[in-house]
Amino acid sequence: MRITQGTFSFLPDLTDEQITKQIDYCLSRGWALGVEYTDDPHPRNTYWEMYGAPMFDLRDPAGIMQELAQCRATFPNHYIRLTAFDSTQGVESLVVAFIVNRPKVEPGFRLVRHEQAGRSIRYTIESYAVQAQPEGARY
Amino acid sequence: MTSPNPIGSTAHNPLAQALASSGITELLAQLDAELIGLAPVKRRIRDIAALLLVDKLRAERGFAAGAPSLHMCFSGNPGTGKTTVALRMASVLHRLGYVRKGHLVSVTRDDLVGQYIGHTAPKTREVLKRAMGGVLFIDEAYYLYRPENERDYGQEAIEILLQVMENNRDDLVVILAGYKDRMDRFFESNPGMSSRIAHHIDFPDYGVDELARIADLMLETMHYHFDHEALRVFEQYLVRRMAQPHFANARSVRNALDRARLRHASRLMHDAAGSADDASLTTITAADLLASRVFAAAPAALLTNKETTTC
Repeated sequence: MRITQGTFSFLPDLTDEQITKQIDYCLSRGWALGVEYTDDPHPRNTYWEMYGAPMFDLRDPAGIMQELAQCRATFPNHYIRLTAFDSTQGVESLVVAFIVNRPKVEPGFRLVRHEQAGRSIRYTIESYAVQAQPEGARY
Repeated sequence: MTSPNPIGSTAHNPLAQALASSGITELLAQLDAELIGLAPVKRRIRDIAALLLVDKLRAERGFAAGAPSLHMCFSGNPGTGKTTVALRMASVLHRLGYVRKGHLVSVTRDDLVGQYIGHTAPKTREVLKRAMGGVLFIDEAYYLYRPENERDYGQEAIEILLQVMENNRDDLVVILAGYKDRMDRFFESNPGMSSRIAHHIDFPDYGVDELARIADLMLETMHYHFDHEALRVFEQYLVRRMAQPHFANARSVRNALDRARLRHASRLMHDAAGSADDASLTTITAADLLASRVFAAAPAALLTNKETTTC
């Protein structure tokens, strides 16, 4: 099941050229971009691991694309996203985040039922990829 | 500029038309007007402009040759305009479409070299990332290499720099700058650096008349001017100042003008019958210049000389 998180996630995967253009747009707005990765695609997993600090004061996408290429080489089978931060409000607030790399197979989620007191049931979801697998060994 | 224009100026030449449409002509004219002297530098900028233009035409017809390497080294004495030209270079290369953004990131050793093991590489990489799409200007580049300390981290910065200069040639242009003799020594000990830099440009010292024109240009931007007498005195000032040690070409001129402005201001303040009309506020007179330390050696001779000429 294809994960749809962040901007553009209902579109086909962006090509490198398209990613470059998106980065260019973000930089033209003065946003700082960071590369983040994870192997836990749960929708509530908001804070992904940062691949280096967000890159401030950049003018050209080349630097970020280079960082992305390195991240892809290190984690070819993880989710990788680019996150843009806007500092005009006085804090680095997230404005855009889009996925730029996915695992080859995305098995999707299973529904977990928790039996509660009084025969009531609580539902939760769990990624098949995450099931009983430690971080780093999931995809 | 007196040297012939290597980019042909014949009307029906397709190159000339491409040149006209690219807006380079205005840029080069502006360069000529705002940078005094520096003939070899301007010639090289023209050559580069011509090459990039011809390359563009060739690429349109399918004769791709790959992007030329445009890393440069500016060497020259203090105050010969290395930083100023580097700034211009960024916008020239941007106008020619060689760099994508055309900004200049100006760094020194401090910005590239870290303080402990493992600090240098990320620091240098970050600077290089910031410079991508523009020009990285490394002032006094020879400080990167400290032969007296074999554990110096500068060597690591140089290695990363070399790697990026080679692999990301179309992402950024690196310009090294520094004094001639030290730069030569730096290249001797880093032959890899020397061979990766295609353009070694020497900035010549300015002559007296060029410095005088630079002074005029500086005063014009500051909304001052010399009176007739001051003009003559300033040339004498230049001749004397050039003979003294630590003469830093245009930078010394700027300092001299700044001090003359100080004296001009206090002269106006202390002048009992002082008027504050436009003319007196903008005119630097001979007295403001003659009070300089440079004239201290033989002020009498100059004053008598002045009297004979003004009488």
